[in-house]
Amino acid sequence: MASISLRVNGHDHTVDVDPETPLLYVLSDELQLRGPKFGCGLAQCGACTVILRGHAVRSCVLPVTAVKEEVTTLEGLGTPEKPHAIQQAFIDEGAAQCGFCLSGVILTAKTLLDENPKASDEQIRESMSNVLCRCFTHTRMLRAIKRYQAERA
Amino acid sequence: MRKEISRRDFVKASGALIVSFSAASFIEPSVWAQGPFDTHRSHVDPDKLDSWLAVASDGTVTAYTGKCDLGQGMYTVQTQLVAEELCVSLSNVKLIQCDTSVTPDQGTTSGSQSTPTNFNTRNLAQAAATAREALVAMAAPKLGVPADQLTIENGVVRAKGGQHIGYGELIGGKHFNIAVSSTAKRKAPTQWRVLGKPLPSLDRVALMTGTFEFVHNVRVPGMVHGRVVRPPEIGATVGNVDEKSVQHVPGLIKVVVRNNFVGVVAEKQWQAAQAAKDLKVTWKPGPGLPAQENFYEYMRKQPSRDLMLVNSKDVDDRLKASSRVLKATYSHPYQAHGSIGSSCAVADVQADRATVWSATQSVYPTQHGVSALTALPLDSVRVIFVRGSGCYGLNAADTVSFDAALLSQAAHRPVRVQLTRHDEFISENYGSACVIEQQAGLDAGGAIDIWACETWTASLGGRPEYEKPGNVITGMLAGFDPETITPRTAVEPTEELRNGNNAVPSYVVGCVNGKCGGAGTIRSERVLTHAVKSPFFTGPLRSPLRLQNTFAHECFMDEISSYVKADPVAYRLQHLRETRIIDVVKAAAKAAHWDARPSPKPGAARMGTVSGRGIACVAYEGDNGYAALVAEVEVDQAAGQVHTKRFVVAHDCGPISNRDGLRNQIEGGILQGTSRAVGEEITWDDRKVTSVDWQSYNTLPLGIQLPVIDCVLLDRPAAKATGAGETAITLVAAAIGNAIFDATGARLREIPFTPDRVKAALAARA
Repeated sequence: MASISLRVNGHDHTVDVDPETPLLYVLSDELQLRGPKFGCGLAQCGACTVILRGHAVRSCVLPVTAVKEEVTTLEGLGTPEKPHAIQQAFIDEGAAQCGFCLSGVILTAKTLLDENPKASDEQIRESMSNVLCRCFTHTRMLRAIKRYQAERA
Repeated sequence: MRKEISRRDFVKASGALIVSFSAASFIEPSVWAQGPFDTHRSHVDPDKLDSWLAVASDGTVTAYTGKCDLGQGMYTVQTQLVAEELCVSLSNVKLIQCDTSVTPDQGTTSGSQSTPTNFNTRNLAQAAATAREALVAMAAPKLGVPADQLTIENGVVRAKGGQHIGYGELIGGKHFNIAVSSTAKRKAPTQWRVLGKPLPSLDRVALMTGTFEFVHNVRVPGMVHGRVVRPPEIGATVGNVDEKSVQHVPGLIKVVVRNNFVGVVAEKQWQAAQAAKDLKVTWKPGPGLPAQENFYEYMRKQPSRDLMLVNSKDVDDRLKASSRVLKATYSHPYQAHGSIGSSCAVADVQADRATVWSATQSVYPTQHGVSALTALPLDSVRVIFVRGSGCYGLNAADTVSFDAALLSQAAHRPVRVQLTRHDEFISENYGSACVIEQQAGLDAGGAIDIWACETWTASLGGRPEYEKPGNVITGMLAGFDPETITPRTAVEPTEELRNGNNAVPSYVVGCVNGKCGGAGTIRSERVLTHAVKSPFFTGPLRSPLRLQNTFAHECFMDEISSYVKADPVAYRLQHLRETRIIDVVKAAAKAAHWDARPSPKPGAARMGTVSGRGIACVAYEGDNGYAALVAEVEVDQAAGQVHTKRFVVAHDCGPISNRDGLRNQIEGGILQGTSRAVGEEITWDDRKVTSVDWQSYNTLPLGIQLPVIDCVLLDRPAAKATGAGETAITLVAAAIGNAIFDATGARLREIPFTPDRVKAALAARA
């Protein structure tokens, strides 16, 4: 066990965990965050996605000790009272069914469009090629991503 | 952090259990459950109005339902239903879903039955209508105006003279003490103000902002973490468990062995994961598995339990006499539910009671299962539904609830268990593998006058229901037997046509004892089904067997129409007589600008990329929803790749409760159906399952080129409400298969349509 400090969604935390512990377990068990979720534990689906240094990162395979920068999770973007623009786009499009995959979908799209606001449809598809939604709400999710892209332009 | 809730948040008046309202849009089940155990209402009598509804003194309504939201939108539409029938605003209704202590036992949320069950002439709908009439009757003497001259507006009963009284004043906090009336008048869809509107789903904001509580997020005081160690091979049993092998793992609380069930409990999740990985278990090998490459042949040779669904008894003679007989055999693999989040549950099993937070579709049956596994009395077990990852049927939500209960009981701590992706893939209850053999005879004019269908489905276990915890792996490992196949020769049908699995094609008359319940015109008919023992656990997967059977019927119909050089739409209509299925076929064809001609498309190139269209239709379960689907595809013949370009669906589910939610279900169903049609298949070697993650089991990711999906929603306000979550998906494989044939002249009879299979079918063209 080791005492580890990290900054998440604007707050500093110190946790006492095995240094090998994946970031996801710290976020959901120690900090009781609900945004990032365990989907596969293999970095194959995206449900555990968080933002680190502007990149969408899969927290289920990332040891917590490797995290040096602030972590942003889905609940760190906006609040129920004041959702972030991309969250609002997903709300407006009704782009969810069960909603378990949303960290992967929303944060992957956000980091792409923050870096490349004019991303082509092909580039959007490319960035979403390892993100899974098993309710297959794909149509609405892509529409929401396009809506966010249009609105932030 | 989990929010604490105090006793004052529970308003208990005259025994009525009412939840006070807070700013939060949801009552979170874990919070709700933190009231003391005396909230237990061991006999929630569905005949009593108070079992369904309570009105607080501020006029807000708490409704209790035994049908839960699995991501399909039932929370929202049931809230709309209660608001509509009670004439209150949506925000004044709080819905409590599936909790064995407080909600009526409505069995399982499955089978496209939630809307028929709660929206027609029984249960939640009828309870709300009963309450409205009772409230008006109470208001009449107080306002001095006859009940039939009163109106209701947002929970306030009003007379023409301006006198009024609110629900809270009339009943607030008190019991109704009346029975649910079967004659209470439902509002006609023409009067609807809340139902029928495309309202945004109520969970949206919480989901998108990462604040929604899934069962995976339930945290209770003192909770620790468990992991299971599943047999690595099918049928393997425990030889020895070396507990010393994990003594080095920090935080380890307990190694749990019960019969062949093995698990570990540790303070932290990562520690439990390490212990499960390091635990040395010597397994005795299982019996081995039949080879996958000829599994469909193997299925047909197994002892079977047979059922004759319809039999005109002239089929063999007439097929012999017929000059033109067509035959084809179709096969469908085992497929996974493959929920995006592996299944999770939290259990707190104490010496005299147990509470389980579970994403099960069946809280009451799960209560029975937990009682059997823990040997606690049924009344001492409470199962509370908390939404999980979308399940699409019997995923591992039930079995992981049993896992959590066993581990908690052994560890004397509340235990959270989430399965690994691997564990979920190797031991969930797959959608059944099926073989379907079709034969048809044609008359001189080219119409079908004989249709015979014989099916084989592989089955083991299933929903645990109330008596069979062994129907899922944890129960079986702990020593309970799964339901298996007892061979039996075919029993002839006796009462009426039963087509719950769509084993009977839409095109036959479906006559049983002189009553003809089929949708079609073909009079010489026989449908025989064989259930055989499966080496793997099986269970309902969205459109269970209905999808497999419909794939075979609708592709075969297409093969025949091609053989007689008829247009597939016109030829279908020629053999249909039920209005609602005819209407959806016509509506889909019209909206798709259907190019009426025989398939395959004339003059299609045998190389390069070609395009085509196909259609399929279904009367889901015979009478639980109607849909027709047109698929337009491109086939890259060199690569064997199928690209879906456009789908047009016409859909009839009776009166539409929420158009937006309905579209969401249809769109998702069509893409899920596409993924299942083109890629999904459980694979195995001689001992174990080999599709164990998202690399070895195919699913279509978000980054695909998406097809356009056009929905034509036929609203039938006067009809009964039917299910809507499984109708469209039922048609996808058939419509795609027919479109591939139209484009290429190659017929795919085995799902999934992988590039290799497509290329083989192309190579086999005449």
